[in-house]
Amino acid sequence: MSVIEVRELRKEFTVRVKVGRLRREKRTVDAVAGVDLRVERGEMLGYIGPNGAGKSTTLKMLTGVLTPTSGEVRVCGLRPVPERTRLALRVGVVFGQRSQLWWDLPLRESFDLLRHVYRVPAAEHAARLRRCRDLLDLDAFVDTPVRQLSLGQRMRGELTAALLHGPEVIFLDEPTIGLDVVSRQAVRGFLGELGRSGDTTLVLTTHDLADIERLCRRLVVIDHGRVVHDGSIAALHDRYGSRRLVVADLDTALPEPPELPGAPLLRVEADGHRLVFALESAGVAEVVAALAGLAALRDVSVVEPDIEDVVARLYAGKEGPLVNASGIAGAPS
Amino acid sequence: MSGRLRAYGALLGAQARSQAAYRASFVVDLVGNVGATLFDVVTVLVIFGVTRELGGFTLRETLVMVGLSACAFATADLLVGNVERLPAYVRTGLFDAVLLRPLGALPQLLLMDLPLRKASRAVFGLAVLLVALGRAGIDWTPGRVALALLAPLAGVLFFGSIFVATATVSFYWTESGELANSVTYGGRDFTSYPVTAFGGWFRAVFAYGMGFAFVSYQPALALLGRADPLGLPAWVGWVSPAVALVAAALAATAWRVGVRYYRSTGS
Repeated sequence: MSVIEVRELRKEFTVRVKVGRLRREKRTVDAVAGVDLRVERGEMLGYIGPNGAGKSTTLKMLTGVLTPTSGEVRVCGLRPVPERTRLALRVGVVFGQRSQLWWDLPLRESFDLLRHVYRVPAAEHAARLRRCRDLLDLDAFVDTPVRQLSLGQRMRGELTAALLHGPEVIFLDEPTIGLDVVSRQAVRGFLGELGRSGDTTLVLTTHDLADIERLCRRLVVIDHGRVVHDGSIAALHDRYGSRRLVVADLDTALPEPPELPGAPLLRVEADGHRLVFALESAGVAEVVAALAGLAALRDVSVVEPDIEDVVARLYAGKEGPLVNASGIAGAPS
Repeated sequence: MSGRLRAYGALLGAQARSQAAYRASFVVDLVGNVGATLFDVVTVLVIFGVTRELGGFTLRETLVMVGLSACAFATADLLVGNVERLPAYVRTGLFDAVLLRPLGALPQLLLMDLPLRKASRAVFGLAVLLVALGRAGIDWTPGRVALALLAPLAGVLFFGSIFVATATVSFYWTESGELANSVTYGGRDFTSYPVTAFGGWFRAVFAYGMGFAFVSYQPALALLGRADPLGLPAWVGWVSPAVALVAAALAATAWRVGVRYYRSTGS
């Protein structure tokens, strides 16, 4: 049985829009417009989309915070809204913008309270806490009131808080937002560790695609409330034709643009001193060898396809071949 | 189930510890809260300084109503009153965190910031009621003893229901604080006087449409053994517990519907 099963999930909001001076009109907005999703035990799923795409709304329906307008949801075999408290015992939630901790109490006391709230046996609780303290370096601030913690420290506290009851599924909404590099790496490393154990299912929304590349094999992209991609990151690159690039800097410009089999020339830059090829059937070595026979090479670099660009293209709704431009001097970033 | 109770106990303990962090202001609040009820009593005394009767009732009789009202309102305010912070939870999306825990949303909300400083006021309200009952010259029968015990509890339940029901409006309309206050605090003031002191549609709506007459006026009539000047039969004085249960059922329904309607906030 899948840990998460979602069929035809919808959420409509009615908003009142000002029209004219006094009149207001009711309009219906589809925040989530028919999402189907199935997640198996132990999967690590990246759930991404532009602002307002319906990511958080989906997570809130999966955790019983919001009532769906229509559709079927099962998480751990439970219906989130009617069986909210039973589900809460089996899932962990980190919403980057909402604290689960007690503001005026030291972190340690929040953890202790959560043991009672989730009815966790003392020994289990202690073992999990010890593991989190080691992996997330909590010892330095575990006795500090939550309100005095830095964002990075608090987020590490939130992660611990979400895990102390040994949840089967963890939902993370923007867990690395606003964190410094060190905290970001600590959080990512910790989540990666968690995923490798294979028992815990992880659903992650983020704007930071590096999180996804590091953690998730499967990527679900949502836009305007609909799933526009569901598959591996490699499948996303295939589908949108993103290719690796070879960038060659030449000592002297060639009189004529060269034609290499299996590697079409994409651009000529810097008055012919820089050539950019897309790798299709040809390998890097073939391209470099062919180029070396034609001109004196000053520098050659290979640029990996960047998920950021693929996703940007996806959000814009333009399917079709896509080439990577970032990482090359002069390219718009 | 016992695990759940222990969980609520732990939440309450955390609240007590958080409040103890601000000890001086806690003591000031304790004292200040007695003042509010004292003010209600003094208001009635002042009124009777210029008139011998209010709506056909003497000072001693009226004080029974003041006592019932003060005791019920102050206790409900202590236990349930901070549900009036719901609009802030809804507006900021903090209510999400409440719904993510494996406990009832309403009990959590009440326990998470139970205003312990209001305890002094509830105790003072009870004292006013006991003194008023002692001095009203009541002809005590077993039925009246039972009513004297049940009526304040029913009043607590009734005011608690009013607090919850008015707070649920904020699920639909975020800026609803003033509306809620006008009903709850208005209700408290209304129940401090005999309903005969008010007139017309206002009395009809507050006393019987919303049920405030059953907090203090009707049970006081039954305790004092007086016929209702408005002509309602004598048994009406004994039904306040039933009215409170109906109010609680309506409030619970309103709450449940409100939570389903909850829209959270962006991201």
